[in-house]
Amino acid sequence: MTEDKGLPPAKGPLVYRQSIWTRLTHWVWAICLFFLLLSGLQIFNAHPTLYIGEQSGFEFDNAVLSIGAVNTPSGPRGQTTVFGQTFDTTGVLGMSGPAANPSFVGFPGAVTIPSFRDLATGRVVHFFFGWIFVAALFIWFLASFVNGHLRRDILPKGRDIIGLPRDAIDHVRLRLHHGRSYSPLQKLSYFAVFFVLFPLIILTGLTMSPGMDAAWPWLLDIFGGRQTARTIHFVVMVLLVLFFVVHIIMVLLAGPLNELRSMITGWYRTSPGTPREQGDKP
Amino acid sequence: MSRLIVNRRKFLVGSAALGSSLALSGCNQFDFLGQRGNPVRQALEQANVLTYQAQRALIGDQVLAREYAASEIRQGQRPNGSTDPTTAEYVSLREANFEPYRLTIKGMVDREISFSLAELRNMPSRTQITRHDCVEGWSCIAKWTGTPLGPVLDQAGVKQGARYCVYHCYDNIQRSISGDILYYTSSDLVDAYHPQTILSYGLNDEVLPVSNGAPVRLRIERALGYKQPKYLHTIELVDDLSSIGRGKGGYWEDNGYDWYGGI
Repeated sequence: MTEDKGLPPAKGPLVYRQSIWTRLTHWVWAICLFFLLLSGLQIFNAHPTLYIGEQSGFEFDNAVLSIGAVNTPSGPRGQTTVFGQTFDTTGVLGMSGPAANPSFVGFPGAVTIPSFRDLATGRVVHFFFGWIFVAALFIWFLASFVNGHLRRDILPKGRDIIGLPRDAIDHVRLRLHHGRSYSPLQKLSYFAVFFVLFPLIILTGLTMSPGMDAAWPWLLDIFGGRQTARTIHFVVMVLLVLFFVVHIIMVLLAGPLNELRSMITGWYRTSPGTPREQGDKP
Repeated sequence: MSRLIVNRRKFLVGSAALGSSLALSGCNQFDFLGQRGNPVRQALEQANVLTYQAQRALIGDQVLAREYAASEIRQGQRPNGSTDPTTAEYVSLREANFEPYRLTIKGMVDREISFSLAELRNMPSRTQITRHDCVEGWSCIAKWTGTPLGPVLDQAGVKQGARYCVYHCYDNIQRSISGDILYYTSSDLVDAYHPQTILSYGLNDEVLPVSNGAPVRLRIERALGYKQPKYLHTIELVDDLSSIGRGKGGYWEDNGYDWYGGI
């Protein structure tokens, strides 16, 4: 390999950025979250109302979100009520499918596993992938603690907080810097996912288990009751879906082939000007 | 500007259509998981065995489900499942105000015994305000009064080797041309002997109504609603569940729900 010594290199070095543990757990989570989301919506459809508190108000009102269908003079309509505000969501929520033969379900069959109403199967799928999801998280935390990924790339430090406004502006202007580690915004996002969203969705899931509530009654106290936990579980699901959307957009903007390569082989092409270190490839 | 809006709208509609068709084709792909007995489904079901074993290892056998203050009873106990059994046997019992009712303990016991409602009510009772969690996702808090099951089982003398209690009920949960299917479910002996497991005959300080399982409903407070059989008449001790019903240990279990029901 010869390099033009007169000009700065057009490419930064190829660095080994993602360990086997990060790559493996990344794809395991991708599969798990797909099945957990779609089976979770199936489970939600069995009772498409969310409440605040220990119990569900049938003779009082503590619902914060409710999806259903109503009869109107012009025929049935799908309706979604959020904090007392009712929206017509015919075609998406509460009533969906072909006009001649609509189905009256919360989320449409297009986004549930199975596509038909089947709570039992939704639960089988959800709990299977729930175990895998938690096992992968456990492995990731252990490996990332040992190999320094947590300290190096995930836990935000003082300089990440200081560099945050500049990094936000860079992101808005789509000036994405491909460094050896993550940018401040990336660190904060992954920190939020691993230290807030993933633990929250696991613990609120466990709070819905009457067995776990006997073992760990503090679960009910920290989340404010089983039905609040169910609501938080749903909200965190929405946040994780938003994370996924932004994640995919950022991969596309940052260079999908390079990003995919780093998550498959571990090797990542950095921006020009990145200082070379031992172990890098040209 | 209007061009831009139209373009954006077209873009949104287009991506929504693409997304939903992808999801649609994606999801029908997994409908086979709904087939009971499918080998892939059976593999996934093993996670439920793991959940059962993990919870049994983690949760002490005597650990209680949370009990609530009376102020938490804010509504009647929501009836679900069977609410008005129509079998001839149950209808005649109901008409007789459950006078002829007997709860029978049989199977792997030293002596088969049975109790009238009056006899059950005269035994030491337990009252608990607990949260009922339905598998559908809702919860309801109510006060349950009844006879702890453990001492009743001890009167019959559970034989060595017995592993499960099967709870047989009067209600025809499924009514079809080919005949009625009567509700049944089962638990291990840990749940059967749990201090909060009671043969309840009282609900919210009144006699247990028909819609909630009169004359006797079993409460297993650390499990979901389908493990709390209503209209209970016989408890059978067995060492194996495969010869009962369709072999999965309960009506809902035979229909694909997990047997443990603690999550």
